[in-house]
Amino acid sequence: MLGKLTLSAIPYDVPILVGTFIGVAVIGIAVLAAVTYFKKWGYLWREWLTTVDHKKLAVMYIILGLVMLVRGFADAVMMRTQLALAYAGNPGYLPPHHYDQVFSAHGTIMIFFMAMVIMQALFNFVVPLQIGARDVAFPLINSISFYMTLVSAILINISLFIGEFSNVGWLGYPPVSELQFNPGVGVDYYIWSVQISGIGTLLTGMNFLTTIVKLRAPGMKWMQIPVFTWTTFFSCIMILTTFPVLTVSMALLALDRYLGMHFFTNDGGGSVMLYLNLIWSWGHPEVYILILPAFGVFSEIAATFSGKPLFGYASMVFATGVITILGSIVWVHHFFTMGAGADVNTFFGIMTMFIAVPTGVKIFNWLFTMYKGRVRFEGPMNWIVGFMITFSIGGMTGVMMAMPAADWVIHNSLFLVAHFHNVIIGGVFFGYVAGISYWFPKAFGFKLRDVWGKWAFRFWFVGFYLSFIPLYAVGLEGMTRRMNHYDNPNWHPWLLVACVGVFVLAAGVCCQVIQFVFGAIDAVTKKPDALDLTGDNWGSGRTLEWSIPSPVPHYNFARLPVIRGLDTFHIEKELGRPAPVGELEPIHMPKYSAVGPILGVFALVIGFALVWHIWWAVIVALLGAFVTVVHRSANLDVDFYVPVEEIRADEEAFAQRLAAAKAAE
Amino acid sequence: MSYDANHAPSAHHDEHEQHGTETTMFGFWVYLMTDCIIFGTLFAVFATLCHQFAGGPTGKELFDLKNVEIETAILLLSSITYGFALINAHAKKKGAVLVWLLLTFILGVSFVCLEISEFSELVAHGAGPDKSAFLSSFFALVGTHGLHVTIGLIWMVVLFFQVLGRQGLGSRMMTKLTCLSLFWHFLDIVWICVFSFVYLGSVV
Repeated sequence: MLGKLTLSAIPYDVPILVGTFIGVAVIGIAVLAAVTYFKKWGYLWREWLTTVDHKKLAVMYIILGLVMLVRGFADAVMMRTQLALAYAGNPGYLPPHHYDQVFSAHGTIMIFFMAMVIMQALFNFVVPLQIGARDVAFPLINSISFYMTLVSAILINISLFIGEFSNVGWLGYPPVSELQFNPGVGVDYYIWSVQISGIGTLLTGMNFLTTIVKLRAPGMKWMQIPVFTWTTFFSCIMILTTFPVLTVSMALLALDRYLGMHFFTNDGGGSVMLYLNLIWSWGHPEVYILILPAFGVFSEIAATFSGKPLFGYASMVFATGVITILGSIVWVHHFFTMGAGADVNTFFGIMTMFIAVPTGVKIFNWLFTMYKGRVRFEGPMNWIVGFMITFSIGGMTGVMMAMPAADWVIHNSLFLVAHFHNVIIGGVFFGYVAGISYWFPKAFGFKLRDVWGKWAFRFWFVGFYLSFIPLYAVGLEGMTRRMNHYDNPNWHPWLLVACVGVFVLAAGVCCQVIQFVFGAIDAVTKKPDALDLTGDNWGSGRTLEWSIPSPVPHYNFARLPVIRGLDTFHIEKELGRPAPVGELEPIHMPKYSAVGPILGVFALVIGFALVWHIWWAVIVALLGAFVTVVHRSANLDVDFYVPVEEIRADEEAFAQRLAAAKAAE
Repeated sequence: MSYDANHAPSAHHDEHEQHGTETTMFGFWVYLMTDCIIFGTLFAVFATLCHQFAGGPTGKELFDLKNVEIETAILLLSSITYGFALINAHAKKKGAVLVWLLLTFILGVSFVCLEISEFSELVAHGAGPDKSAFLSSFFALVGTHGLHVTIGLIWMVVLFFQVLGRQGLGSRMMTKLTCLSLFWHFLDIVWICVFSFVYLGSVV
């Protein structure tokens, strides 16, 4: 009846897990009780859970991403404290089997359920506003994408309390992830979570590529697209070319585990290196999928806070395109030690080094954007300066490892771990945090307190160097990654420093939480100087999203903008805004739909039932999903028109706020 | 269905529908290309593992080309019949559309049945997917194609009844029929690659 699932699957003998479970349960019950007490279930369902509005989906993505950030960060604290303790005979507090699960959880959650999620939040919020569209091309598919992401995050976290977490690293290398060595359910949870979230990401890529190609405001030429949207475009192209490969690698691993096939097994003619090639020909483009939008965020912020147009717009676009191509042909540098021979390694080594060229172009473009500008060091701008320094160091260590000869020495050492945290924290994470604080007032209509953002940056910046520079050092001294304990006295001081670093980072996370809490308080008390009346919160916005009210009305643009070149809004501020042309007209919008959450529930059931071999539940949920899709396909009542009166009232209120803001100046 | 708010209702109604269709078709093409990469990856896996017999039977010993030729003929024919369905849909001849869809469906089902009988015969002769890496990659590649055909057939049944029902042959229905057409022809192209590289390649 319940497949392999029995009561013994619940790990009540592991105190850390029991404690975590009690914590999650208490918070969960508190939230549910609060929603019930304030009678908000109806509101939540009608306005949020069934939404197809890209702005609301973005907010839900952000919440999910931030929760997962805290979740993944807790794993980081456990690893650093374990390694500070587990020295010279002291086993530390995490036994090896548990430690394996912790580092697997950290990597899996930070990439798939933190970084990818916040990236999709930024796509969702910013792209339609920047190109003057009223929604994405397929709003319902957008909602489905979100639910696939959400349920996969839920599924991977269920594994903590029912069964076990995967213990084979964030990429699940065979043969250790094969049934022979890993008969438990951890790897199965990993496979199905990644598959479900992959469906969501693939749909997002398809959706935003179509949106950017087909839904730009009338007159917006290709070379007038804002840089963030350009980076989204290239990121989507990489999603579409590489996520299918991830889908296949996960499916084949599942076939090995479920049907006894021999793709990656040691026996039967399977090939382990085939898996590595497949997974990294997704995995390396994946890091560029993540970093390109961060580059886009920095481009927007550098121009806004320097009071100048972005230096070298065209070279920025072409550099992004070149990175897209080069990023797809370097994957073998993850396993130079495979033994592919000198010719193959040389090709991939040189291609890897080439990527530093377009990236260098970008760094210089940002520097020249700031050069002779009126640079204002507000919160978002802090992150970009920290990024340029940190990312350059990370890039240089990357070029070091691109040399196959050097890589043979430091392969799989903590040097590598330090390198990729250097570029992912210093690049991706700094970029996403900068993006959140930059567009936050646009989403909610009020500003966050800048001082807490600046403190968060300072702690993250210093904490990063304290945590990861020591790892470069121990890596060069020969410490391999994923070690649970060690005896080398030379390593111990470095790992103590790294442990201090992780607590400095924790202070940064606290500052970010405090910033949101104060923001919420300011919003509830309607603190006057926190409100964004003009829609152009930073005063120097250049792109279309700053020309409309904050928070943005659900139809985005009352009249479709007329594109007058790159940075239309900036041109209009310089030349004076033209009087609106023509009468307001009713706006055609999609209706909200319950299809997204319903399919989400079925996907969760399918994933969970596949993990535990509960076949009847798989079939029932598949049938349910099929009926849902067919029912939707027969539904002709899917859209409506926003009446002119509503739009006019919004426009008049916005005009009054603008006039009041002007008078206050 | 795609949605496009950039056209106000005052714009000519047909034009509005046309634009929405175009966006949907573009999105569907993009999806098909990702599917193409899935098959491309599976072909690459097959190319890597096709000589890993692990002491088991080889393709030369296993494959019966006669059966595969019949399968190929059936699938190619079903592409033609679907083409006729689409031509009649453009001419708004509802009855003819239904007849051609039914013919396509029958051809598709017979293809899937032949494939299932081929697979079960292989398994019965001890040449199942767990025998060797070669057979694993063969079953995964051909099976994925068969799964796609099956999904296409289910989709066809749904569209059949929607054409029969109140959606008729309106512009939204035409978009759906065109998407399935792309999907169906795409599966044909994939099958030609399967036939050439997997079956012929193994026998030669």
